[in-house]
Amino acid sequence: MRNLDPLRVHEDSVLDLQGVAVHLGGRAVLQGIDLSLRPGEFVGVIGPNGAGKTTLLKIILGLLRPDEGTVLVAGRDVRAARSLVGYVPQSFAPDPDLPLRARDLVALGLDGARWGFSLGGQRRRAKVEEALGWVDALRYADQPVGRLSGGELQRLLVAQALISDPRIVLLDEPLANLDLRSQGDVVALVGRVAHERGVTVVLVTHDMNPLLSVMDRILYLARGQAALGTVDEVVRGDVLTQLYGHHVDVVRVHGRILVVGGADAESLTCNTCDS
Amino acid sequence: MPGFIESLLAAPAVAPALLIGSLVAVTSGVVGVFVVLRGQSFAGHALGDIGTTGAAAAYLGGLPALYGFVGVGVLGGLAIEGLGERARERDVATGIVLSLMLGVGALLLYFMTQRTDATGGPVAILFGSIFTVDPSIALPVALFSLLALLLLGFLYRPLVFASVNPQAAQAKGVPLQGVGLLFMLALAIAVEESALVAGALLSTALLIGPAAAAVRWTRQIGAAAALSALLGLLAVSVGIALAYQSYFWPPGHRGWPVSFFIVLLVLTEYLLARLLPARAARRPLPRRKEAA
Ligand SMILES: Nc1ncnc2c1ncn2[C@@H]1O[C@H](COP(=O)(O)OP(=O)(O)OP(=O)(O)O)[C@@H](O)[C@H]1O
Ligand SMILES: [Mg+2]
Repeated sequence: MRNLDPLRVHEDSVLDLQGVAVHLGGRAVLQGIDLSLRPGEFVGVIGPNGAGKTTLLKIILGLLRPDEGTVLVAGRDVRAARSLVGYVPQSFAPDPDLPLRARDLVALGLDGARWGFSLGGQRRRAKVEEALGWVDALRYADQPVGRLSGGELQRLLVAQALISDPRIVLLDEPLANLDLRSQGDVVALVGRVAHERGVTVVLVTHDMNPLLSVMDRILYLARGQAALGTVDEVVRGDVLTQLYGHHVDVVRVHGRILVVGGADAESLTCNTCDS
Repeated sequence: MPGFIESLLAAPAVAPALLIGSLVAVTSGVVGVFVVLRGQSFAGHALGDIGTTGAAAAYLGGLPALYGFVGVGVLGGLAIEGLGERARERDVATGIVLSLMLGVGALLLYFMTQRTDATGGPVAILFGSIFTVDPSIALPVALFSLLALLLLGFLYRPLVFASVNPQAAQAKGVPLQGVGLLFMLALAIAVEESALVAGALLSTALLIGPAAAAVRWTRQIGAAAALSALLGLLAVSVGIALAYQSYFWPPGHRGWPVSFFIVLLVLTEYLLARLLPARAARRPLPRRKEAA
């Protein structure tokens, strides 16, 4: 792992990984991952399928114990810091008949893990209303979630992840299945809400281009290794060639970035193209 | 009509049947909503079948069928949930537990048929025995129902979270396995109780039918559970009334099975829900605001 700016490692970091390694099914999925994220920072996580992106998020969530290394959230063990982490999982496709309104889905992020019924209450309702407002979802707050579009659902999940006032929010491919315009909307929204609330964002995506305007740093994963830095520091031919272990070119066209691998790495070309 | 209802309630077996049937309908209706949400219809159906083994054993042992149904149903439910963690594994686990238990059940039902005093036994187990059941069983049925509903009340939010968005729930600290196991307990109770009313073969109808209809007509889980309970109540009480009336019908003037009427009514409710999605959600969303 190359942390290209060691000065960026601060003591007040929200997330600290040191020497993290994970083996799954007898294979090293992640190895030697060190990273340190600041409050309010927006980090895009990019990498080919199977690079270990979801695995990395599971470690930060405390759902998976790394075989080596330490993970600290706001200086605490991940299991003690669960309430400080918001999460938007990789796939969410509710049944069309699911009797659950948008506002109920968001409320689950607030107290869905508590036993018993919610006693309702003015404060809870106000909090849900506020979270719906953050993501501009008030207009469909009472609609059943099964009938909403992918973009509308994604906004609700962002609200669900943010409603508990986490310090860091992890989003696993929230842009998949969205058209370009909705991708832009969701990225802008996450960027704005996180910035306003000082929440660190870790957003996994296959295409870095929608993130270029909001992302502070990029975490590039390949072959279980990671490179962390600004886009200009990381998304370079020499850095990515070393990460991937074979020749990679970085092409910039019309303000977009294309990562082009050799003939043996077709997936690379597609990762950063519009599909 | 008032005359019919009076004579219905005055008939000796009807009042306890209505009482027990109502308890069962409410429990099955409420639990059923979560079965539909979680896609566990197969497990629900299997539990009904598995229960026959317990009921047959209870019969042979001289105990009320209810205890056999619930005892074996709970064990079967825990086995299914324990063996299969993911949805697909769970289907396989359900199939395995189901066939094992049915094998034993077939043997026990065979033993029952060998006993001269047990002519109606297997039929009662498979198709329900609401009119012949001992009224004193109403108390244990009520207690089991209370237990299942209290369990659901306790599980409510984590169960909704785990059913709707399991990965997010897990990340928030919801113990998915524990919630699944406790829900299985409530499910087993609901299914086995309704096996007593509608019979083991048809207990799924009371579990899934009203719930599937209610889910289409509501937009909140609590409302769906209430409506499902109501639809179940309707099917059971009208079913009992019709079955009582059928004592005057051909061929034998011995009454048609209650389960037939209940299933017919449940199916009607479900078909109505498919045909008339009354949920106001059908109104179109306001136009999407242009990006600001
Ligand atoms: N439980 C497991 N047992 C064995 N191998 C696993 C397990 N979970 C994940 N893996 C492997 O670990 C690697 C990383 O998986 P992960 O899901 O983190 O990839 P990803 O970067 O999120 O990919 P995608 O872009 O497809 O979502 C993959 O090769 C996957 O096959
Ligand atoms: Mg993934």
